[in-house]
Amino acid sequence: MGSKRHFRVWRGDDSGGQLEDFDVEVNDGEVVLDIIHRLQATQAPDLAVRWNCKAGKCGSCSMEINGMPKLGCMTRMSTFEETETVTVTPLRTFPVIRDLVTDVSFNYQKAREMPAFAPPDLAPGEYRMKQVDVERSQEFRKCIECFLCQNTCHVVRDHEENKPAFSGPRFFIRAAELDMHPLDQRTDRKEFAQAEQGLGYCNITKCCTEVCPEHIHITDNGIIPMKERVVDRKYDPLVWLGKKIFRRDELEAK
Amino acid sequence: MTDIQRHPYDVVVIGAGGAGLRAAIEARLAGKRVAIISKSLFGKAHTVMAEGGAAASMGNVNSNDNWMVHFRDTMRGGKFLNNFRMAELHAKEAPQRVWELETYGALFDRTPDGKISQRNFGGHEYPRLAHVGDRTGLEMIRTLQQKIVSLQQDDYASTGQYEANIKVYAECAITDLLLDGDRVAGAFGYFRENGEFILFEAPAIVLATGGVGKSYKVTSNSWEYTGDGHALALRAGSTLINMEFLQFHPTGMVWPPSVKGILVTESVRGDGGILKNSEGKRFMFDYVPDVFRKQYAETEEEADRWYTDPDNNRRPPELLPRDEVARAINSEVKAGRGTPAGGVYLDIASRRTPEFILKRLPSMYHQFKELADVDITKQPMEIGPTCHYVMGGVEVDPDTGAAAGTIAGLFAAGEVSGGMHGSNRLGGNSLSDLLVFGKRAGEYAAKYADGLKATPKVSEASLNAAVETALAPLNRGADGENPYNVWHSLQEVMQNLVGIIRRREELEQSIKDLAELRGRVANVGATGGRKFNPGWHLALDLRNMLVVSECTARAALEREESRGGHTREDFPAMDNQWRQVNLICSLNPTGDGVDLKRQPVPALRSELLGLFEKSELAKYMTEAELADHDAAAKSAESLTVTDTADTKVGGK
Repeated sequence: MGSKRHFRVWRGDDSGGQLEDFDVEVNDGEVVLDIIHRLQATQAPDLAVRWNCKAGKCGSCSMEINGMPKLGCMTRMSTFEETETVTVTPLRTFPVIRDLVTDVSFNYQKAREMPAFAPPDLAPGEYRMKQVDVERSQEFRKCIECFLCQNTCHVVRDHEENKPAFSGPRFFIRAAELDMHPLDQRTDRKEFAQAEQGLGYCNITKCCTEVCPEHIHITDNGIIPMKERVVDRKYDPLVWLGKKIFRRDELEAK
Repeated sequence: MTDIQRHPYDVVVIGAGGAGLRAAIEARLAGKRVAIISKSLFGKAHTVMAEGGAAASMGNVNSNDNWMVHFRDTMRGGKFLNNFRMAELHAKEAPQRVWELETYGALFDRTPDGKISQRNFGGHEYPRLAHVGDRTGLEMIRTLQQKIVSLQQDDYASTGQYEANIKVYAECAITDLLLDGDRVAGAFGYFRENGEFILFEAPAIVLATGGVGKSYKVTSNSWEYTGDGHALALRAGSTLINMEFLQFHPTGMVWPPSVKGILVTESVRGDGGILKNSEGKRFMFDYVPDVFRKQYAETEEEADRWYTDPDNNRRPPELLPRDEVARAINSEVKAGRGTPAGGVYLDIASRRTPEFILKRLPSMYHQFKELADVDITKQPMEIGPTCHYVMGGVEVDPDTGAAAGTIAGLFAAGEVSGGMHGSNRLGGNSLSDLLVFGKRAGEYAAKYADGLKATPKVSEASLNAAVETALAPLNRGADGENPYNVWHSLQEVMQNLVGIIRRREELEQSIKDLAELRGRVANVGATGGRKFNPGWHLALDLRNMLVVSECTARAALEREESRGGHTREDFPAMDNQWRQVNLICSLNPTGDGVDLKRQPVPALRSELLGLFEKSELAKYMTEAELADHDAAAKSAESLTVTDTADTKVGGK
């Protein structure tokens, strides 16, 4: 039932590297990460790749497959033509450590700069919230921190210089989550996002939403509402524009 | 010869899942300098996979619930082999530990009056599981992760450094604990990223490394579950308890191969899904054991009526306890009536409308659609048993989490520790276990560090030995055996001979095979350098998997009964004499094998014994054990629902 398929996998480290060619067996029902594992077990035992759960729940195996940011465990081989070469490269926005593993510490730094949940003055067990009120934040808490949105965002993808001032979509929805948390005691989440996280750099192209494996409406439910409410105090033409732009799938649906 | 970073800490926590993070928070709140060592990136631990929820008798949905009911359920689930004190502490403290998460920012699903919602689950008398849809584990990891970040922000505000008092060492693996006489002195390991070595010098170490599932071919566990903490404890002189008890969940995916082992929730069967073999037969009717015959339907017609009229019909046999269903599936496959991928069919498509399935099982629909390209509203699923959880683990003091054995300063919490769940864990009791005993281990590790007069010292000799062990696979290089091949052989042995159904001859064979594998594990080689080299990492994990597998095989051969997560075909019944026996593994004096001994199970305190009816206990206990039951029942009357006095809510 297996067939030989052609893979090109980027191999190298921070000093450079190149695509290497592999012919490898592919069986029915397998995903790209399975093939990477087969390469490790049979041809390249030191091929570096991150992975954990292999079920789309931990967000570890982020990579670029034929140029698209994806989770290796969620990309089925059946989505490629039999004769198609599958090219696997590391996330482009982050520095390469080795092969498919990149240094994603940028994201952990940005997480640290984000002011934490500010609890109300209530004893544990005394918190009361309505389901309808927690649901808005719960959507953002589905985030598995695969950082595909961070990787695809063109504000930093080819613009290293923007990184210090820009936290990226993952942390805009963290800000939105806390902003919408019924009991968070801070009232300046939006202003913080605008002033410290670089929310204004975002021009709502919705690339982040497109690559999100959890289907979180990063732009529509997180970024735009934040921008809109900052606008109360500050005009942002991008908000107006954002409402006129549709994702590819929304256009197709029309 | 080799550069080694050295970092002194008060408390080092190995493992960054729920138990490890909770332990670290507690130790930091106690004023200690804490290192958290994570084999993966921060926030990726296996805890994220937990779906159902955290069991805690908050009584938000049914006010009849309290710690005594939860305690009883836990003991029943474990078939009374549980360490009763752990089950007691767990039941008493779980609500406070869950509420505390809200102060860290967790957002659980709510009841109509705004409290934390609670759901029903197998073995729990009342709705008890705090949850967030079916991603409760992710919520818990993220909440604890964000709490740690907030503590770092506090430290930044007061010291100007985020990592002054609590630091996460991500993608760092510990290969050896280093001792100073009979005390823990440090932990040695490597960074996955660059292969550089690191030595943590610390008087107190908390093991929170999770389970052992990667020794099996089919498992729901992630790559990290290689029994590291179990093996580190053994090599440091501690003991493991009841390693024969492994929970095999009956319904893991078997097709496609990429997702083999991933869980299919029990709710599929609860909502009408049935099991069929390759001949299309609904086979579970052939597997109802005598003790359950009265409670389960004998015909398909009656079984089908139960879903809408449970009061006048008996339950479908698909809803037998997990171990029964798993054994039945196993038998069908062995008899040649399995699917091509080696499972059976779980069919809900032919029994419920697509609308019903989408509404009741949205995440299962997506799981199969996205991972398998199977539409469960149109096609049956292929499923089979999957290795899910190890009940056995490091033998600990129930109150402090201190590891038993010859070594001081070592603590364990979460799946790596043993005793709490007895022979079988109830769903939902794992997430609460992490919180309760993670907190306790952190607290007592901090106290232990405070109480030391002199800091234990790592000897250069032991450090050099650890370095040598870590470098050995690289030094053998291509002359050594491919670690992937050795790993697959180990998985074959455990899957085929120490799996869900066990028998003497096969267990004896497994012990011989594992002894042979010992030589192969000692000779694995890794090519490539030290920089993020998975082959090298696997080579180092293998010796942990091997010794833990030996413990499981030895204990499984010794225990001549069937109980919870240990099924012996040659001893199919539960035996009240065996209920009084814990099996304890230690490393033998030469360090090349496992010693096994029997140890009495601690007897329940009188008032806890009195929480059960005598007639129920008679199924598990000998008459001698029940002689004082009347007095016990009387003393149980003194217990109250608010009697959680030996516990306090932790700091914010």
